[in-house]
Amino acid sequence: MAQVSSIAEEQASTPLSPSKSVTLRIARFNPEHDSERKFMEFTIPYKKWTTVLDIILEVKKYFDHSVAVRYSCRQATCGSCGMKINGKPMLACFTKITELDSDVITVEPMNNFPIIRDLAVRFERLFESHHKIKPYLIRDDSEITSNEKEFLQSPKEVEQYIQFANCIKCGLCNSACPTMATDSSFVGPQALAQAYRYVADSRDKGKNSRLKIIDESHGIWRCHFAGSCSQVCPKGVDPAMGIQLLRGYLLGFRS
Amino acid sequence: MSKMRESVIMKIHYGTALAAVALVAVHILMRLTLNFAESLEYENVIANYQFIPYAGMLEIILILLSIHGFNGLRVILLELKQGKVYEKAVSYGCVAAMVGLIAYGSRTILMVNMGMV
Ligand code: HEM
Ligand code: SF4
Ligand code: FES
Repeated sequence: MAQVSSIAEEQASTPLSPSKSVTLRIARFNPEHDSERKFMEFTIPYKKWTTVLDIILEVKKYFDHSVAVRYSCRQATCGSCGMKINGKPMLACFTKITELDSDVITVEPMNNFPIIRDLAVRFERLFESHHKIKPYLIRDDSEITSNEKEFLQSPKEVEQYIQFANCIKCGLCNSACPTMATDSSFVGPQALAQAYRYVADSRDKGKNSRLKIIDESHGIWRCHFAGSCSQVCPKGVDPAMGIQLLRGYLLGFRS
Repeated sequence: MSKMRESVIMKIHYGTALAAVALVAVHILMRLTLNFAESLEYENVIANYQFIPYAGMLEIILILLSIHGFNGLRVILLELKQGKVYEKAVSYGCVAAMVGLIAYGSRTILMVNMGMV
């Protein structure tokens, strides 16, 4: 009984905050017939846990259904909702209004990606680069043909790459990368981090072929240590570190 | 040249930079033996070039930094614009400019030592 009343007291002392409002500015652009990007403004109420994706969907529901935005999981897992939020590449579903600490929220499509419409961008280049570095285990036998049945790894071996396996292909890193902005052939931090993920996997035998793929004129050497990729990654992948570790193999510091 | 692996080129890029740090340090220390105005006097400049170990070191610095600088320029240009023809032109253009600069700098050192000035 005492417990119940203390909970009641707590609820009374922290009343549900009357919802506040925020100004949402959405970049509108259709490359098929617009010559420049325009911004539409909406005033949207929000609560403590409201995300940027929530208020964009609110706009779609009540004000303008034609706003183009890509999303799916709403839990930072599918990698669909990357966009520039107040100038920084972030996941809209993983960014709360309250954490932005601003009365105005501007959402724009990610940099370094061609725009389909409004906030939706094309991922062909990211997927092609990702595919190019062979993002799978390379070896002659398989878990089915091998006698061992399973390719066992020690916790230490898992530690070598597991951080890099968290990549959700959201493209925020590629969007933040200054080389991506000018070099249309650069393989990019996302693919390089994945090249490291597989090279560092003790079950993988494809190191040499992967290193060869990234060791070309628009490959790994076009990274200049800006580190923006790691600052924006929502999954703690740290592509910049992966790139430096990969460089270690190519420079002969690691084998 | 265009077949050279990028990692080999970048090893040369970093190697030339490191070697240049050491040699340019010696170069600066040598300059401190005279004050600034004196070291630019005609006789002193000629004497420097005629002192073979020092002139040899200047020649090596010239080669190292030409390789490093023009490869750096190649990198900047490759990132600025892309295209098969353009990239070939950049690669060969940078090698040509590098050879040209080394030849021009070497010419000065050689001319002094052959008594042509
Ligand atoms: C001796 C001291 C020097 C050191 C330690 C050094 C080191 C470096 C390094 C590590 C890079 C690669 C940077 C990157 O990939 O982001 C670089 C690039 C470059 N360096 Fe040097 N360098 C030196 C002197 C010079 C000089 C004297 C020149 C001009 C002749 C030069 C021209 C360049 C250019 C044009 C680049 C490409 C730009 C870039 O990648 O950021 N460097 N240097
Ligand atoms: S490395 Fe991080 S920022 Fe880049 S695509 Fe993967 S999850 Fe997104
Ligand atoms: S909606 Fe899936 S990551 Fe945001």
